[in-house]
Amino acid sequence: MGERLLLRGNEVIAEAAIRAGCQCYFAYPITPQAELLQHMAVNMPRLGRTFVQAESELAAINMVYGAASAGVRTMTSSSSPGISLKQEGISYLAGSSLPAVIVNIMRGGPGLGDIAPSQCDYFQATKGGGHGDYHMIVLAPSTVPEAGQLTMLAFELADRYRTPVMLLADGMLGQMMEPVELPKPIEISSLPKKEWATDGAKGRNPNIVLSFDLDPEVLKQMNLILQKRYRQIEAEEVRYEETATGDADIAIVAYGTVARIAKTVVKMARAEGIKLGLFRPITLWPFPGQALRKLSEKIAIVLTVEMSAGQMWEDVRLAIAEQAETPFYGEMGGVIPTPQRILSEVKKHAG
Amino acid sequence: MDDSVVIAGFGGQGVVLAGKILAQAGMNHGLEVTWLPSYGPEMRGGTANCTVVLSNDPVGSPIVDSPTGLIALNLPSLDKFEPTVAANGVIIMNSSLIQRRTKRRDVRSFSPALNDLARKAGSEKATNMIALGAYIKVTGIIPLSTVQTAMAQMLKKEGKDKFIPLNRKALQEGYDALHE
Repeated sequence: MGERLLLRGNEVIAEAAIRAGCQCYFAYPITPQAELLQHMAVNMPRLGRTFVQAESELAAINMVYGAASAGVRTMTSSSSPGISLKQEGISYLAGSSLPAVIVNIMRGGPGLGDIAPSQCDYFQATKGGGHGDYHMIVLAPSTVPEAGQLTMLAFELADRYRTPVMLLADGMLGQMMEPVELPKPIEISSLPKKEWATDGAKGRNPNIVLSFDLDPEVLKQMNLILQKRYRQIEAEEVRYEETATGDADIAIVAYGTVARIAKTVVKMARAEGIKLGLFRPITLWPFPGQALRKLSEKIAIVLTVEMSAGQMWEDVRLAIAEQAETPFYGEMGGVIPTPQRILSEVKKHAG
Repeated sequence: MDDSVVIAGFGGQGVVLAGKILAQAGMNHGLEVTWLPSYGPEMRGGTANCTVVLSNDPVGSPIVDSPTGLIALNLPSLDKFEPTVAANGVIIMNSSLIQRRTKRRDVRSFSPALNDLARKAGSEKATNMIALGAYIKVTGIIPLSTVQTAMAQMLKKEGKDKFIPLNRKALQEGYDALHE
């Protein structure tokens, strides 16, 4: 067992990225992810790696494009309004089949919003916030240790599928502290060589990294390659967690910090004799729709709880269709649903 | 064990640090812990607060409807959080700045003059440590020595080593000020 440290979510994501072999990090500061950038500012130069506080979010994401093209592990991070600014670059990364990790520590929106925790960027993250037919793998940690583990996984999946991967968390997870055993660092030299990278063509044919082709037939083929890859990701990378669903009459679907709050609600409800379970998507894209559908075949009421107006709820209803009742409870603007508040929603439906 | 405490006061009274030290001490004591700051506009004016949850089991919600403990360093904090404290919970209210008594009859409340005790210990800046010492005395959740170690660890991490002796004294004074 490694040493247990008391760290913030933001610090753990940064440290996990370093341990995952992130060699270039580019970002522009924004609350509530500032500690992530601070940790990188202190530690990346110390390790001889690249840290750039870019002049803007646009600059940062395009620096990521450059570093990813050169074949190194690279990351940027921001919070909601800053992630909006990065969307063009994310679409380019997807179109060029470039691996990169993007961290969004969500805050209240739309617009400038506020700096309180929110989950209102689910659509943007899972449905393609930029232009074009693309997806990102979207990972949603619900505890500080899991934020570290999923950051490591994000780099792995990005490389395996040559795709941008988003770590989607909120201000509460970024700011809170929890004991964590940091993941073991990987050996950068042990990573497989990226044969496609534009890292110097001496002695070989030049590689080209591009998301552009004026011939519709050629561009269609490029799209088909992406779509094939997405089907493979959907088949192999769905992740979720079920808690106390075995004998449940009603289940909550929630991700991220709301899911951990819901774990407390499961205990409270069961203490009152309500058989409540929890279904927690860990990958938001690919969404664990089939598993949820299966769960809804034995549970009559599936309550979605989010810090949004019901963005994931759309995927929940798409998966469950008419198989179960699908009520919704959400908070917006940075308001956090407390355990009591969620429990009273459960009671409304549990009868 | 399931202990949750809200520590609240003016920005600058050290509530965030007191919470971090309690969380670190809890972790060192083998407990599961979460520390959640209020990082919103409350940081500027009004009240600053943080919530610490200590438990034998993994912590679900880091936000708490009814904390088992409240440390209120000023009146606005007492006004805001007093109604939320769980029945049979503990309230430590700073009588140096709070003139009224608690309205709750179903909690154990203590009113040490935290600022005055801190001044006696060497500096009013150690008010937060007086409060924390008092809190662990009346709740008995973690031994004082464990909190002392956590405090030194946390101040070292933040590059404030020179304040360790003052804070050690303040924790002890706070601990000695109240009787279970």
